[in-house]
Amino acid sequence: MLASTTLMGAPPAAAPVKIGYIYVSPVGDAGWTFQHDQGRKQMEAAFKGAVTTKFIENVPEGADAERIIRQLAQDGNQIIFTTSFGYMNQTAKVAAAFPHVTFLHATGYKTGKNLGIYNARFYEGRYLNGVIAGKMTKTNIAGYVAAFPIPEVMQGINAFTRGMKSVNPKAEVRVIWVNSWFDPGKEREAAMTLISQGADMITHHTDSTAVVQAAEEKHKEKGTWAFSYHSDMAKYGPTAQLTGTTHIWGDFYTKVVKEVLDKKWTGTNVWGGFKDGMIKLAPLSPSIPADLKKTILKMEADITAGKLHPFAGPVLDQDGKERVPKGKNMTDAELGAMNYYVQGVASTLPKS
Amino acid sequence: MSYLSPLLAVGLMFLSGMILFLLLGKSPMEGFKVFFMNPVKDAYGVAELFLKATPLMLCAVGLSVGFKANVWNIGAEGQLLIGALVGGGLALHFEGSNSPFLLPSMILAGAMGGMAWAAIPAFLRTRFNANEILTSLMLVYVAELMVSWVVHGPWKDPDGFNFPQTKLFSAKATLPILLEGTRVNAALIFALGALVVGWVFMHRSFLGYQMKVAGQAEFAGRYAGFSAKRSVWIGMLAGGAMAGVAGISEVAGPIGQITEHISPGYGFAAMIVAFVGRLNPIGIFFSSLLMALLYMGGEQAQQYLNLPSSISKVFQGMLLFFLLGSDVFIHFRPRLVRRRK
Repeated sequence: MLASTTLMGAPPAAAPVKIGYIYVSPVGDAGWTFQHDQGRKQMEAAFKGAVTTKFIENVPEGADAERIIRQLAQDGNQIIFTTSFGYMNQTAKVAAAFPHVTFLHATGYKTGKNLGIYNARFYEGRYLNGVIAGKMTKTNIAGYVAAFPIPEVMQGINAFTRGMKSVNPKAEVRVIWVNSWFDPGKEREAAMTLISQGADMITHHTDSTAVVQAAEEKHKEKGTWAFSYHSDMAKYGPTAQLTGTTHIWGDFYTKVVKEVLDKKWTGTNVWGGFKDGMIKLAPLSPSIPADLKKTILKMEADITAGKLHPFAGPVLDQDGKERVPKGKNMTDAELGAMNYYVQGVASTLPKS
Repeated sequence: MSYLSPLLAVGLMFLSGMILFLLLGKSPMEGFKVFFMNPVKDAYGVAELFLKATPLMLCAVGLSVGFKANVWNIGAEGQLLIGALVGGGLALHFEGSNSPFLLPSMILAGAMGGMAWAAIPAFLRTRFNANEILTSLMLVYVAELMVSWVVHGPWKDPDGFNFPQTKLFSAKATLPILLEGTRVNAALIFALGALVVGWVFMHRSFLGYQMKVAGQAEFAGRYAGFSAKRSVWIGMLAGGAMAGVAGISEVAGPIGQITEHISPGYGFAAMIVAFVGRLNPIGIFFSSLLMALLYMGGEQAQQYLNLPSSISKVFQGMLLFFLLGSDVFIHFRPRLVRRRK
């Protein structure tokens, strides 16, 4: 093998670079971890044998994660991706102990010499989902099944609401918190509750396909439509799914791995959206009217070009307080600290 | 004979594990090596084994006191969480304090928290005769929600971008590391101490003897004037206290803050540990190390054999299954009898 490549004039094949991934849940066939795994595969294929990857799934976000991350580093993995918020402090600790290994942590906020962070602007896709919901709703009510009120989830709810309100002033969004990232039973129950309250547009910020499935089930009787999250879930809602906000990590993984391999990596702090190819709308359903489709594609282009911002001022919160003045866009810092509902959300936040 | 039962169970678990590896298309010897030897191939691995075994030891020895007296505390997981909350709360409240009493009071508070949580089912059992299996289990879910609430709400790190976790504890509120370069901390000493105290209590004290009698033969115990209520209280509180210490030791140890992911189910796994260890502190010492090895072996099997993560659970399940099976065949002799016409 080695001889033949040298004969062909290629540089002597070095041993492939090892790259490790830590996943918070089993890969499954849809959801947060599934999308990261798709990205991993795409990246590995792009390097055509120059890298090998390995993933460890279902790693609890507690004390054990540190041992597993350390093992990957000790084992000669040159780049390690830790793909859930709860690995932040563990990743930072191991990164300090292995200065020659590059660590990349998804969704966190701690960086270091050899520790980068990355995340995606999921709210951009949510805004467009909201626009479709606002145009197509008959009841003017949308239902949102959500996990925990952290900024990322709040951004999604608020962007969806703003998108919906932008085309339908009568629209309101109702939120049910299920207090879990993955609990198909509870997610389904919450979706059913929202549907019975009159929501004919539902979406979710939880990890299973239960909400889309619930919409599919009620589609005939109630005309319920769904927007998927993380993955395209058309398989689970062939009629009911209108589109969705999907996560695309492959291009990012390929780019950052290339930087590291070329020794050009100087740190990563990426928060990418449509522009960076880190999110995409799931295929638009044929049930969406043609002119609305056109509008959506135009808006997507505008967001990509930076002409449209889902949180362009004025942004008023639920109590009418002005969070962003007219003529300004919300800053990343403000987005990162979002802990309120915007106007149009009919529910109130759980008090803490 | 009953001391042989766990050894038999471990042997059967190894054997069926090898068969399982074979069925999954892996070499059984290789599988065995990766699963059971790899995790402890260096000093760091051994240290991690003790780190992982510490909360199991603590919970299991506390539970054994109750189990011996037929007091079925299934809720050590919840008591562990409340211990972590109460002790950790102290760390957050006295943030920046340099007092040498902070850490000891945190540990004590952890124990008290766990006891308080265990006192609820104890009270319900002794006052209303409510089944402690149900009540202690249900309180686990309440405890989980309380942890979730404080980290999403009042105790959330104000500089943490709204993510659900508290501030990191200061150095003074973190357990000292026993061996530089590893994560083994002072909690191991508490655990070993608890094993000794547990052994003396269960095997050398009159109270322990009373509880054992009352557990094995309730009427004999009553006839001898041993209080059943006292057994319930002591059994529940011992379990709660030790689980609470395990909880605070995790958050003031390897985790260093309160998050939603304090325990991967130590309180439940400790029940298997207690039974495999024959409710005897010496046995618990070894069975907790074995259980820790099963957790770590599963990680290795994923990394080097490409097996799914649930393999750990399969081994834990097999261990308990074979243990209970062995016990049945040791205590009862099955006979084949022709059914009478």
